[in-house]
Amino acid sequence: MADVQTSGAAITFDKLGKSFDKKGSGKVMALEDISLDVAPGTITGIIGRSGAGKSTLLRMVNGLEQPTAGTVTVAGHDVGRAGAAELRRIRRDVGMIFQHFNLLSSRTVYGNVALPLEIAGVPGAEIKRRVDDLIGRVGLEQFSNRYPAELSGGQKQRVGIARALATQPKVLLSDEATSALDPETTQTVLKLLADINRDLGLTILLITHEMAVVRDIASHVAVIDGGRIVEAGQTYDVFAAPQHPTTRSFLAGITGITLPSFIAGKLQAERPQGESQEVIRITFAGTHATDPMLAKLTSELGIPVNILAGAIEEIGPHPFGNLLVSVDATRGAEARAYLQRHELLTEVLGYVG
Amino acid sequence: MSANLINLLIEATLQTLYMVAISGALGTLFGLPIGVYLAVSQRGELLSSPWVNKVLGLIVNAARSVPFIILVVAIIPFTRMIAGTSIGTTAAIVPLTIAAVPFIARLVENAIREVDSGLIEAARAMGATPFQIIRKVLVPEALPGITLGLTLAVVSLIGYSAMVGAVGGEGLGDLGIRYGYQRFMPEVMLAVVVILIVLVQLVQSLGEGLARLVDKRAPRNRGR
Ligand SMILES: Nc1ncnc2c1ncn2[C@@H]1O[C@H](COP(=O)(O)OP(=O)(O)OP(=O)(O)O)[C@@H](O)[C@H]1O
Ligand SMILES: [Mg+2]
Repeated sequence: MADVQTSGAAITFDKLGKSFDKKGSGKVMALEDISLDVAPGTITGIIGRSGAGKSTLLRMVNGLEQPTAGTVTVAGHDVGRAGAAELRRIRRDVGMIFQHFNLLSSRTVYGNVALPLEIAGVPGAEIKRRVDDLIGRVGLEQFSNRYPAELSGGQKQRVGIARALATQPKVLLSDEATSALDPETTQTVLKLLADINRDLGLTILLITHEMAVVRDIASHVAVIDGGRIVEAGQTYDVFAAPQHPTTRSFLAGITGITLPSFIAGKLQAERPQGESQEVIRITFAGTHATDPMLAKLTSELGIPVNILAGAIEEIGPHPFGNLLVSVDATRGAEARAYLQRHELLTEVLGYVG
Repeated sequence: MSANLINLLIEATLQTLYMVAISGALGTLFGLPIGVYLAVSQRGELLSSPWVNKVLGLIVNAARSVPFIILVVAIIPFTRMIAGTSIGTTAAIVPLTIAAVPFIARLVENAIREVDSGLIEAARAMGATPFQIIRKVLVPEALPGITLGLTLAVVSLIGYSAMVGAVGGEGLGDLGIRYGYQRFMPEVMLAVVVILIVLVQLVQSLGEGLARLVDKRAPRNRGR
């Protein structure tokens, strides 16, 4: 048996790598040196640009792709080295949902949810009980006898989720499960995933190319770029202090973090001669998010502050704020030192003349 | 038209139906699994084995390139071995079946290959064995296409069955040739052609109706 003892993580990637043979000659390195522990019961977002290797990474968790280097371990099983029968057993412990749902058009909602149970050889009466229960959980009682072609995208994904949960897996893999849905439907599907995570203690690994999805439900995030993990950690920390340019560019899509275009166009990296303003990003974390720090800055140090953009949101239970401000460049250092003393993160974005 | 001739026409129609039904059923029995295997044994597919696939594909192509009338004559010894005789309606079922198998295999292969690869992936992710994927995903999902393919095959068999007069197979085609052409009775020829047209129309409508019935892909208005 390819059993390995691990540190209690639900999924462990250890120096995992994957290369594909290119048509003609040579190889494409899809993933390189991926090491990551996914704790049980967490929702981990995997974010990256198209072609970064997200799907490849996810598909190695249930053995749809074989690693060419390193290992991926799921609940103590080395997936890459598992034989066919063991792999099928592992797969029953790992549910998967897809961007395009991948429902059987020839089966009703009921039939689709029953399929994994039929495959696992569960007896008929037990199948009926479990399927009815699952269809109720995803709120599709009235649609049990409908065919997928008669459902909306959001309803189809609910069927996909019920189907993925049928064999009572410990891990759920989601490959862009909300990318084909409108924003409102996306919210309801994300809510369902969050509920399932909470109620069933399921570990969810979720691919997305939208930071908003990560912010809304992921407790942890890993950013992939060019086949490598360039940044990983708790969502809150990564949002508060993004280190890698890719992470920042993803965060830029979120409200309050983009510079208004009239400023962005004039922004220069070097401080110009003469009078100028220093543009600063301030990240409010935890309790300070609600403190009137900017007002204090003005009243205590006498530095006037222009607010350019900003928003306060929630990541998990924590308030999280992001403000873009400008101050007189000659007093920038002083202002930043003050803010940092009060545990706010600051970052100089540039100068405007 | 005399009562005698009408009896002949009825008898010939039944003989044609008998040959087409049996060879169609046997052709499906053998053609379906071969077609499924042709689809899933391609490189990178479920039971990838490119070499076997290539050889099987060559055999199927070879069988399909032999003109039917030559096939009928060429396999007379084989027909005798299987049917006990090489002459007659029952004997004619052997070449008809042999022509149907590769034809149906290719039609089934095409229908299976149309199935969205995402469904195979989903089934693999559930822990399905290749056989379970074939039985529970590929064949049910390809059923509308398979049904249309079988319709096409049966229509072709009706046409082929007209040629088996060459080995003493009876049926509509044979009647048309013997009475309509050799004894110069154009009304028999006409009656035969009309019956064949009606048969083909019936088979086609029936096949299309069945295909629609099993096709759940398009949303439909269920009388609401
Ligand atoms: N079966 C394959 N054969 C060859 N190359 C592949 C294969 N699958 C993926 N790749 C390559 O591996 C890289 C990563 O692909 P992957 O599908 O994992 O990206 P992704 O991050 O999921 O992208 P997207 O957001 O577009 O889905 C890409 O360069 C892709 O071309
Ligand atoms: Mg992808």
